[in-house]
Amino acid sequence: MDKILRVNMTDLTTAVEEVPAEWAGLGGRALTSTIVAKEVPPTCHALGPNNKLVFAPGLLSGTAASNSGRLSAGAKSPLTGGIKESNVGGTAAQMFARLGIKALIVEGMPKGEGWYALKVGKDGVTIEEERGLLGLGNFAVIDALQALLGKKTGVIAIGPAGEMKLTSANISVKDPSGKIRSHGRGGLGAVMGSKRIKFIAIDDEGAPGIQLADPEAFKRASRVFTKALMDHPVSGQGLPTYGTNVLVNILHEAGGLPTRNFTHGQFDGHEQICGETMHDTIVARGGKPRHGCHAGCVIQCSQVYHDKEGQYLTSGFEYETIWGLGANCLIAELDDIALADNLMDDLGIDSIETAVAFGVAMEAGLLPWGDGKEVVRILREEIGKGTALGRVIGSGAGAVGRTYGVTRVPVVKNQAIPAYDPRSVKGIGITYCTSPMGADHTAGYTIATNILNVGGQVDPLKKEGQVELSRNLQIATAAIDSTGMCIFIAFPALDIPECLPALIAMINARFGAKLTGEDVTGLGKTVLKLERAFNLAAGLTSADDRLPEFFSSDPVTPHQAVWDFTNEEIDAFWDF
Amino acid sequence: MAPITVTIKLFAHFRHGRFKEADHQFPPGVACREVILGLGFRLGEMGIVMVNGQHAPLDHPLSERDTLALFPLVGGG
Repeated sequence: MDKILRVNMTDLTTAVEEVPAEWAGLGGRALTSTIVAKEVPPTCHALGPNNKLVFAPGLLSGTAASNSGRLSAGAKSPLTGGIKESNVGGTAAQMFARLGIKALIVEGMPKGEGWYALKVGKDGVTIEEERGLLGLGNFAVIDALQALLGKKTGVIAIGPAGEMKLTSANISVKDPSGKIRSHGRGGLGAVMGSKRIKFIAIDDEGAPGIQLADPEAFKRASRVFTKALMDHPVSGQGLPTYGTNVLVNILHEAGGLPTRNFTHGQFDGHEQICGETMHDTIVARGGKPRHGCHAGCVIQCSQVYHDKEGQYLTSGFEYETIWGLGANCLIAELDDIALADNLMDDLGIDSIETAVAFGVAMEAGLLPWGDGKEVVRILREEIGKGTALGRVIGSGAGAVGRTYGVTRVPVVKNQAIPAYDPRSVKGIGITYCTSPMGADHTAGYTIATNILNVGGQVDPLKKEGQVELSRNLQIATAAIDSTGMCIFIAFPALDIPECLPALIAMINARFGAKLTGEDVTGLGKTVLKLERAFNLAAGLTSADDRLPEFFSSDPVTPHQAVWDFTNEEIDAFWDF
Repeated sequence: MAPITVTIKLFAHFRHGRFKEADHQFPPGVACREVILGLGFRLGEMGIVMVNGQHAPLDHPLSERDTLALFPLVGGG
């Protein structure tokens, strides 16, 4: 029987609870957001005792379904002040699912100065005091836990940034190679730090495993689903070969590659940092151009990037990070960006928020444009050591802008805008404005249809069709985020008719349910609306569903595009 | 009529055995389709076709100093 694990950090007690009937059909984002909305007072301080940190594997996590190993984490975000869900690959989701853990809820806050660790296993969860690993980076934590508890142990941890409760702190999850994937956005690492939990170790020895209601139907649907993923050119060939970083040249060409803290739409150094160059560099140095972030991933968009000596430098080296330090900070040197990526993983800070914060810091004159070596030094010596400057940059782009009087601060709901300029790719601007998560490209990835010609075509420079496009994608994404599926299954799902029905058939075969496509869309709508309701109750308003002023006043090259939606047009997003 | 010069940019695996960027000459008003076929591509291989940074249909006529960018179907996020 599936169960809920509850940990109370105020009195240091734990409990195993039955799954309430109304949560039985939920997983991933639907479940974390439902629990946060039900149990967290919206106006509470995100780093206080009334916030809760919730982990939930997706509906299909732990099964043989391809790409189903995503873990959702949810809480009130200390960065945005609204609800947050952030999902991640790695090994933890599948371990939780096999252990029958529907969700792990961490509540309360210890009174003293002590730190703790949680141990999750077949008999539930225990709390232990933790001393030895405090202050260490994520890589050292994972290595130490693997040495102590065995190679197979699952790890969910925070680095020094989470211990310092910096609002760009992320939560790191061990991947199949013993490296790191991140619940990146929204400062969830600070919430874990506020509960004084350094790590969660998972042992799935003796786990009951997944019981499928209809194994044969599951197998049939799973085969169709995997075939769709392999057949689509984006998920089957493009992503495995070049990774997400193939986008540098595409967005440069389309004039949507934010450059020099969102001043321009194109970057002269794009060829030095692009996916094509990265692929050739990885191959020449003996790295791995293909790598899965979780077992069962057939897309394998991740990679292992080596330095000039052929030694490991980083992995999970994504377009958004490379854009953020590359084009946005004018660092045209992939090795510098890779080293910074590795340091950000080790410190446990969001590589999007931090890269954009560096862009604002450069605009403020705190360091020269394009100075990758100084970025590395600040990561190590300032953020890593918790100096005042380090804490400001580690608190995100908004914090840097407010501290240094910068007006060009690309954030929505205080969360940094990622790698697509909303003036020249207008659909994604609607997603940035309206997503309850704050600026988040994954919440409704209109780049697919605006730029990549997946799921039809909507002209990125015109306003027509963008609100509807973003709405449809955000509804679909909220549903996909609840299944445990990687969002990249959306590429085949948008183009191959058999893909989505196969996904629904797998859910039905897993649970003995009779869901239709309409039910799944309905779930997406419900999730978005309850997240929005939480935000409104927390004090956010439609005035928070807006882009910063400079996007309307400053045209971006080469198309001289400006953000030209009226408030009414943006607010029409919620008419569903 | 004098030929026009068009800058052609290729991306991802389209570069293999070809080039990254090159100027080619064509008759005025040549359609993207003819340029693509002339480079030895099949039309079905095309993911994104952009002229001067904007998506263009295959029958779009090219002018002097246009930039034609060709991408296979790729993506990320």
